[in-house]
Amino acid sequence: MSEWESVIGLEIHAQLATRSKIFSGASTAFGAAPNTQACAVDLGMPGVLPVLNREVVTMAIRFGVAIDAEIDHRSVFARKNYFYPDLPKGYQISQYELPIVGKGHIFISPAEGEHREIGITRAHLEEDAGKSIHDQFVDQTGIDLNRAGTPLLEIVSEPDMRSAKEAVAYARKIHSLVRYLEICDGNMQEGSFRCDANVSVRHKGEDKLGTRAELKNINSFRFLERAINFEIERQIDLIEDGGKVVQETRLYDSERDETRSMRSKEEANDYRYFPDPDLLPVAITEADIASIRAALPELPEQKKQRFIDALGLSDYNAELLTASRETATYFETALAAAPGQNAQLANWILGDLAGALNKAALDINASTITPEMLAQLVARIADNTISGKIAKEVFEAMWQGEGEADAIIEARGLRQITDSGAIESLIDAVIAANPEQVEQFRAGKEKVLGFFVGQVMQQSQGKANPGQVNAILREKLKS
Amino acid sequence: MAPGVAEIQRGLAAGKFSSVEITQDYLARIAQHNPALNCFISVTDEIALEQARRADAALAKGQAAALTGVPLAHKDLFCTDGVKTSCASRILDNFIAPYDASVIENFKRDGAVMLGKTNMDEFAMGSSNENSCYGAVANPWNTECVPGGSSGGSAAAVAANLAPGATGTDTGGSIRQPAALCGITGIKPTYGRVSRYGMIAYGSSLDQGGPFARSAEDCALLLQTMSGFDRRDSTSAERAVPDFSGALGEGVEGLKIGLPQEYFADGLDGKIAAVIETAIDELRKLGAEVRDISLPNTDLSIPTYYVIAMAECSSNLSRFDGVRFGHRCDNPVDLEDLYKRSRGEGFGAEVKRRIMIGTYALSAGYYDAYYLKAQQLRRLIKEDFQKAFDSVDLILGPTTPETAFKIGAKSNDPVSMYLQDIYTISLNLAGLPGMSLPVGFVDGLPVGMQLIGNYFDETGLLNTAHSYQQVSDWHLQIPEAFR
Amino acid sequence: MTLKTEDVRNIAHLARLHIDEADIEQYVTDLSSILDLVDEMNRVDSSGVTPLANPLDATQRLRDDEVTETDQRDKFQRIAPDVEQGFYRVPKVIE
Repeated sequence: MSEWESVIGLEIHAQLATRSKIFSGASTAFGAAPNTQACAVDLGMPGVLPVLNREVVTMAIRFGVAIDAEIDHRSVFARKNYFYPDLPKGYQISQYELPIVGKGHIFISPAEGEHREIGITRAHLEEDAGKSIHDQFVDQTGIDLNRAGTPLLEIVSEPDMRSAKEAVAYARKIHSLVRYLEICDGNMQEGSFRCDANVSVRHKGEDKLGTRAELKNINSFRFLERAINFEIERQIDLIEDGGKVVQETRLYDSERDETRSMRSKEEANDYRYFPDPDLLPVAITEADIASIRAALPELPEQKKQRFIDALGLSDYNAELLTASRETATYFETALAAAPGQNAQLANWILGDLAGALNKAALDINASTITPEMLAQLVARIADNTISGKIAKEVFEAMWQGEGEADAIIEARGLRQITDSGAIESLIDAVIAANPEQVEQFRAGKEKVLGFFVGQVMQQSQGKANPGQVNAILREKLKS
Repeated sequence: MAPGVAEIQRGLAAGKFSSVEITQDYLARIAQHNPALNCFISVTDEIALEQARRADAALAKGQAAALTGVPLAHKDLFCTDGVKTSCASRILDNFIAPYDASVIENFKRDGAVMLGKTNMDEFAMGSSNENSCYGAVANPWNTECVPGGSSGGSAAAVAANLAPGATGTDTGGSIRQPAALCGITGIKPTYGRVSRYGMIAYGSSLDQGGPFARSAEDCALLLQTMSGFDRRDSTSAERAVPDFSGALGEGVEGLKIGLPQEYFADGLDGKIAAVIETAIDELRKLGAEVRDISLPNTDLSIPTYYVIAMAECSSNLSRFDGVRFGHRCDNPVDLEDLYKRSRGEGFGAEVKRRIMIGTYALSAGYYDAYYLKAQQLRRLIKEDFQKAFDSVDLILGPTTPETAFKIGAKSNDPVSMYLQDIYTISLNLAGLPGMSLPVGFVDGLPVGMQLIGNYFDETGLLNTAHSYQQVSDWHLQIPEAFR
Repeated sequence: MTLKTEDVRNIAHLARLHIDEADIEQYVTDLSSILDLVDEMNRVDSSGVTPLANPLDATQRLRDDEVTETDQRDKFQRIAPDVEQGFYRVPKVIE
């Protein structure tokens, strides 16, 4: 039997970062008391009508331009009809025919040096539903409609991904892009960025797609990878055991790390889409698109290329630094404060800083070490005030909140010893105290040099300039 | 003779009577006659008298607005803040609207007094006002007959002089047909002229609010207040509202009027045709030029209309689910039970029929054959009118194929009821303005004549009707029992 | 177009309408006759005609992104059939 291949497409719901809702003037702020941000329009009161938020249209077009998509001059809202208690009107205002963003594409790098193009079928605007709270009351479900009417951009990919890893790389790329574009805050915990995955399997070489399952309820990239991997395994096992995959919606349960069928959505849906008669077609002119294009910020791909070409960074580092807008901004701010320290800053940000942030589960914006502070640290290495090793100590102290590099260096007396007279006297003392090792070196045992360097550095409490120590030691030991 | 809106305005301005006095008069008439007619669902005495007192204070200070102190009635599908707004449906029997419709806000702004909320066909679905959970409304000219629908309560109230004017809504004829059957004047403006915000939706792309009154002159005053761009309604027309009253009296000299041959064909009662012919002669005498035209797709308008209206209503009425407002069934065992029983108990038979047809027409596999097809025919129907307006200024015909029929006569046959709308519904499909004015009687029952205008030409309609009413007095007739 | 009782049951379910068993046959008759009326549309060939969704063929107006609404929960919930702690309540939904 030939090898299995998995086929994955993602539907990403990005909550657009507007102040007010897509069709009403109610606030979109997260975390308010239940139903305090649900106005008459959001509640679907009899007689109310929707009016479209301009910013929502602009944001969607911004996304469309960034993925090089077709943007039609007419875009139409449709009603998707179904009954559910968190859907107040009994229909969701969405788009069916004529979505605002048509076919586009982006590039992902699932691994170092690997590049793949992923097609985006469409991106359409729609209103979010409210929330059903199942654990507040014994026999009742509570409905909070604060989220109802929050603008969403649903980004639908082609089934172009072949592994969970690729799917995650794609999701991260979209996540990064919407944040670059400042159209979505990307907060997955609060549900501002949600991924549904369509997963199917087939034998390699087959053209026909297998029956797919739609995975929902995935609120982190880690879970996305796990859920897809679980589902791929489940489908392969099922088919190999003689079973058949059924088209269904499955919920990912992160606690059990498994997907399970949503029985409540068993019934075949007939959404009865039709153009919403309360809303008119949105007219989009070439001039609208051009002005939005002109106002676009530098996009990750462009920035990455500039980091490689103009700053001489490696493809890999440039990719990592541009993976999020915040990281790129951090890097660029630091670089402005320490011009020329391109590689050094990149290494610190992607190495020690990333490690510390990761350990503390902090976002780079929440870092105690500001870009300016990191720039000062790197500058002190460059001007030989401290060694790279001492710099790690200073970094740690800065991380702990002890202040800026210069202050820490002063307070702890970490300034590097570069006075050759002082270094020579340290070396003389070490040589005098270790005649045996001196003999060994002179007999040709070169690696004893390391022992001497270590001793001198220890005596200097790490402050002696390692380059000078090396050079002077060699000279003195030879003589 | 019943005073009209304009006359009440003049009387209030001259201090002949106060708003409180005239409001009390109307409230007394309502108390006396409503039991026979059933045209009010709610009578808002306290609000009316409070508003009248404030109106009198404003009048005394010389701060009168356009309609200060004029008592009016509103169809019970305009949301009225703090007042029951039922749509004559059991599902909204307990619904106290939490906000005012834009039309209601406009009347408040202009100082009008609200007498109460009028009966109607449930959710505006009907042509006889028999589909009300509060019972049928009687026609003041013959209480065994229907007043027409769906705004039957408003039309009957004005006809019986229980209010000098009232609001209605017209999705397929719901202002013009009851105006015709009750012998009063009513106008449905161009789609987009009057805000739909707060007007509980039936068919969103067809619904339009408008006034009833005795005369075109009064309709002009009421329409002035109702009209205007509203940023809360995406389909509201962003264009200036002309001075409707100011344009009255321009006459009809040289006005080119088209008579669609399809409107005078087989289905029309011959006696009605004769009455209309007489009215046309009057207009000719006033200087209008009359010629025959054709609206070839007229007979397609009924099926087209019903597909679109039912599809839209099936979705519009999904919000009545027993969760946030309105009727909820007792002790639902689960969600599906909550939905099905709340809606099953809350909606009447005609509403259910329309929701089901609409649901069916939009469902998978049928969309193209029904909804899409209807939208294509809708364009053909609109193009018929556009072509006609290349050669005429106004189109004229009967409002209804027959006069008011007996209560119960058509209630077991929905299709024969739908055919009552043959002359009125194509305007809603096209979005054009239309009005009905009384032009005579057949066997003691009023006959309405319909005028159809080009887009946003309400002025042309009102002016023509006013010219006719200067030389006729059909609009001033009041049934004997209500004089 | 003649509907079957099963069709009427399915449509009623899709529309979440309880219909008494005793009334089903009447609905079958009524809905079928309405569909016959509606089928008259097929007398005309409309292929190639652009559908008309809005009578004025207008385009959508856009509003500025401003918060204009204030909290009116108490007022809105006063007319609700079942609320508790600010939530609307429905029979437990099992997912």
